[in-house]
Amino acid sequence: MIDIKTIHSTAITLMEKAAIDIPDDYLQAIRKTTEREKNELPRFVLKVMLDNYDAATEDRRAMCGDTGIPRWYVKMGNEARVQGGPIALEEALRQATADATDSIPLRPNRVHPLWRTDHNNNIGIQSPEIEYAYEPEGEWIDLITVHKGGLFGTDYRMLFPSDGIQGIKRFYLDSLVAFGKRGLSCQPAIIGIGLGGSKDACMVHGKRAACLRTVGDRNPDPKIAELEQELTEAGNSIGMGAMGFVGSSMVIDTHIEVGYCHTGGMQMSVHAFCLSSRRACARIFADGRVEYRTDPRWFTPYMRRETIGWPKTESLTQSG
Amino acid sequence: MAEDGILNTVRLGTNPDRADLEPLKIGDVVYLSGVIYTGREGVYMRVVEDGAALPLDLPAVSAVNFHCSPAAAERAAGEYDVSAVTATASFRFSKWLGDWFDVSGAKLIIGKGGMSPEDYKQHFVPNDAVYLTTVGYGTGALLGRGVKRVKEVHWLEELGIAQAMWVLEVEAFGPFLVESDLQGNSLFERENERIAARLPEVYAGTKPAVLKRFGETDDRGDELI
Ligand code: SF4
Repeated sequence: MIDIKTIHSTAITLMEKAAIDIPDDYLQAIRKTTEREKNELPRFVLKVMLDNYDAATEDRRAMCGDTGIPRWYVKMGNEARVQGGPIALEEALRQATADATDSIPLRPNRVHPLWRTDHNNNIGIQSPEIEYAYEPEGEWIDLITVHKGGLFGTDYRMLFPSDGIQGIKRFYLDSLVAFGKRGLSCQPAIIGIGLGGSKDACMVHGKRAACLRTVGDRNPDPKIAELEQELTEAGNSIGMGAMGFVGSSMVIDTHIEVGYCHTGGMQMSVHAFCLSSRRACARIFADGRVEYRTDPRWFTPYMRRETIGWPKTESLTQSG
Repeated sequence: MAEDGILNTVRLGTNPDRADLEPLKIGDVVYLSGVIYTGREGVYMRVVEDGAALPLDLPAVSAVNFHCSPAAAERAAGEYDVSAVTATASFRFSKWLGDWFDVSGAKLIIGKGGMSPEDYKQHFVPNDAVYLTTVGYGTGALLGRGVKRVKEVHWLEELGIAQAMWVLEVEAFGPFLVESDLQGNSLFERENERIAARLPEVYAGTKPAVLKRFGETDDRGDELI
């Protein structure tokens, strides 16, 4: 049985880590991008960002004043049981979100879409979104919080098989050029692409691709992996860098996630995870142990299962 | 602090006169010391549309309007913890700006992403005002460091934390980049034009989507805002 108090306190710690400490994979990638950027203005921007990550960690203050939209991804091993059940779990995560909003502090960003009511705690109707998933074996629970920012940098389009790879490339460039001007998407970003599913599923795939995979991670399908790299290069060859200044620092990495779709369509969504690519994860075991990490390890063979069954032993080694 | 030596760095007070702003060129780096205040749609609507009286003496207290909502929390009655501050996109505030300059006498507007060339010509140039953009834009922790104290907060009850008017004492607050100078030149416009020139090459080999969308343009020099 996993203790509900441990879930609550771990969730508060995760909220702090996400808001304050930039994940190492993204930080290292920004360092490399800074070295490669030849143009003075975007280079200056990236150096200031590096100073900013240091300042956040040193002072234990949020890295960006817009602390984004906190949300949760929860994954459980098949044998895990939570004290109080799923209802208690949901309440613990909502409580931790509110507690951390005050203690860090975070900006109370969540408001009613029409009445703009703000509870000052990032909690409201259907907020925060909490997604649940499972793995075939294990007596643990993974808590992942993502504080994605950005009103800009996301788009969806219904493409068709006849649009092909060039159509995908064009829509990808369109999204980068449109939202990259003046740096509205706070690039260089991790770009997540959803392909297929249906409109709603496509958005979900793309968002998870951006937020739940680390820099350098490749899709297991070698052709998709190649496309990921090709698109990253294309994005960095637009001639635009940080803040929309002339440069090359546009894309840190591109992640593509696919879902089977209607035979006539090829839905595509694009998501930009900004200069504050905030994610933090922990695995809580039944014996009370808590292990923190920054890699969500969300996409396992089980999560990408293609037929009725799935490769049972691999899922254990990949997620254990 | 990231100072490259190549970009020109300028330190300013928060009540600058024309002579202080004259040397600023687009792309210069600026740090501010003094008093600034936040103001965005909530404050603009209250003052410009509803005619509410300003709760402080502007521009005597400060001539610097920051388009921002801080990450703030109340620790004790009237005591606030402002840990990180980041600007919000300014293009949305265009319609109030002319009237706002009249009542506030602002000389520096700090925000995210700049405003349109028309805004600079119509509102900034006649008011001898300069637009400074934040950098990144996620420099919340650095800017938070520059905030020394919350001097006052107005309309917290009425407008909430995000929209309230926060009056902040700042020191070496920055960095910012000069986006528009006294002549109304724009750094973003200049960069956009340079990038647009190369775009046909970038798009070579791609073709328009099979299913079009309303208002679709093939001119990648166009902006969305
Ligand atoms: S997009 Fe990201 S870096 Fe930019 S202001 Fe929002 S949270 Fe901060």
